[in-house]
Amino acid sequence: MSRLAVLTGAASQRVLPGFGLSLGVTLLFVSLVLLLPMTSLVGQLSQLSPAQYWAIISEGRVVASYLVTLGGAAVASLINAVFGLLMAWVLVRYEFPGRRLLDALMDLPFALPTAVAGITLATLYSSNGWMGRLLAPLGIEIAYTWVGIALAMAFTSIPFVVRTVQPVLEDLPGEVDEAALTLGASDAKAFRRVILPHLWPALVTGTGLAFVRSLGEFGAVIFIAGNMPYETEITSLMIFVKLQEYDYVGASAIASVVLATSLVLLLALNLWQGRFIRRLHGGR
Amino acid sequence: MSIQLSNVAKHFGRTTALEPLDLEIGDGELVGLLGPSGSGKTTLLRIIAGLERADSGTIRFGERDVTRVHVRDRRIGFVFQHYALFRHMSVFDNVAFGLTVLPRRERPSRGEIRARVQRLLEMVRLEAFADRYPAQLSGGQQQRVSLARALALKPDVLLLDEPFGALDAKVRQDLRRWLRRLHDELNFTSVFVTHDQEEALELSDRVVVMSDGRIEQIDAPETLYRRPANRFVFEFLGDVNRLEGDVRDGQFVCGAARLAVDLDDGREELLLRPHELRLAEAPSERAHMPVCVTAVSPVGAEVRVELEADWLAEPWLATVRHADFERLAIRRGQRLFVEPHRWHRFDGAAARRVTAGAS
Repeated sequence: MSRLAVLTGAASQRVLPGFGLSLGVTLLFVSLVLLLPMTSLVGQLSQLSPAQYWAIISEGRVVASYLVTLGGAAVASLINAVFGLLMAWVLVRYEFPGRRLLDALMDLPFALPTAVAGITLATLYSSNGWMGRLLAPLGIEIAYTWVGIALAMAFTSIPFVVRTVQPVLEDLPGEVDEAALTLGASDAKAFRRVILPHLWPALVTGTGLAFVRSLGEFGAVIFIAGNMPYETEITSLMIFVKLQEYDYVGASAIASVVLATSLVLLLALNLWQGRFIRRLHGGR
Repeated sequence: MSIQLSNVAKHFGRTTALEPLDLEIGDGELVGLLGPSGSGKTTLLRIIAGLERADSGTIRFGERDVTRVHVRDRRIGFVFQHYALFRHMSVFDNVAFGLTVLPRRERPSRGEIRARVQRLLEMVRLEAFADRYPAQLSGGQQQRVSLARALALKPDVLLLDEPFGALDAKVRQDLRRWLRRLHDELNFTSVFVTHDQEEALELSDRVVVMSDGRIEQIDAPETLYRRPANRFVFEFLGDVNRLEGDVRDGQFVCGAARLAVDLDDGREELLLRPHELRLAEAPSERAHMPVCVTAVSPVGAEVRVELEADWLAEPWLATVRHADFERLAIRRGQRLFVEPHRWHRFDGAAARRVTAGAS
């Protein structure tokens, strides 16, 4: 029997119709929207020798931007891990007036153009803004420092944590914490030993997604960052600067670093989470 | 440890879950709370556990007033209908959980915890499964893990919320027998909730029948079945055939049916259990009740026969012995006569049991 016959034979045994068409459209879409731009990025890079590539991505100002970006993203995602978990908890476990509204508000950072968020945050926290005016006498500066960067990153990426933790928490029956309590566990122990381990994969994934998103954030950050070379410049801004100088190859080189970091992180998260989930569902 | 509830009541918003009630459960007793859904039985169990707070009343375990004691300090074991196992922990860690969260001063050594968990797992016959995760076990095995977990801290009181409700019939039967044996061996006080009358009657020393947030009757299974306090209990504890008609001069008349009864004249409703009906080919002196067989189910110890007649508002169910079934050669469409050898009657307003007459 020819290979083709085997393939069509297998396909005709499928009960769910439309496999060929739907997979085809999916692959086409993925190619056009995801793979094509990435290919052109790699194409740009092929114009560089390894030495040139290394020179661009290890330039002092760029390296400083890596540190600012990584630091900001780390702080932002840690803050989001804590508050995102808290918000998901409040939304799932309690009934209160306005819960649906709060739930809808969670998606606002996704819906809002990030530049709008950036401008809003900058006006709010600059030294004569509403919040800035209150904080300035205390010696706390937010706008145009790394604190502002972290704040903007936290704002745009909070939904990742809330929306990944929320369904897992909804899945966890209240009986499970009750069981822990009947066994004499204190609230803190019940949370640490029973609830947190359940949420852990979702929380780590959500935080990881928030981190990756923060690495690439541009619009929300540049308005509040102040963009001082070596101090408050983020990596996406470096890419933008290169583009403005018509240095497409340089821009691609820096972009490839961000892209590689994000991809490796996402892949690691997926592998790790898969192992955990298998255990909950019965595999080893 | 005995349990005493006095004047315990509970409201959820505007709905009354429990009317003020008293209940005493003796040391070492196995008591079933039986009732239809919404009767307040689970609420009552959760109040005993401390998972729910009563609006009023007091709860005592032995001499100890636990009304305001938090669930974690009540020294109870609780078994949930859907097991509520910790899915990220192995069977061993699930059972050990209660011991490992004890304050450091009271916590047994690692070796002792290991030995105790091992003993508990042997008791529930799951010693080979210590390293498995809950998702790798069947429902019955998971419920046994949850029992071992609840017993690990040697609770004063074991509370079970529809413990076998989520399991299939065969496993349920096994677990029931096994729980009864465990209870007799370890002699803890236990209270369980069920909506299955058979389960309640088979397992309990005493059964508390509840409806609408009230206790209808508390009695040993036999007494409960033989002498139900009221119509609700009678109807809840088994199949019931109803018959409404007028009594005149010692004759109960309903359409074409007649039955000799020892009652005053007036409108009456009689209730009859399926096994209290005898089937015959001819009417007797005392009863003339012609019926037609509409369905026959010969599965089990007795044959279930469905009967219809134009004087019956709804079909009757009769259970007959296989011997009688063969003697009468009962088949669908056959015309027979019913002869009740016992019937029950409840006072309409109070639904109190009034008489049980024999024909």
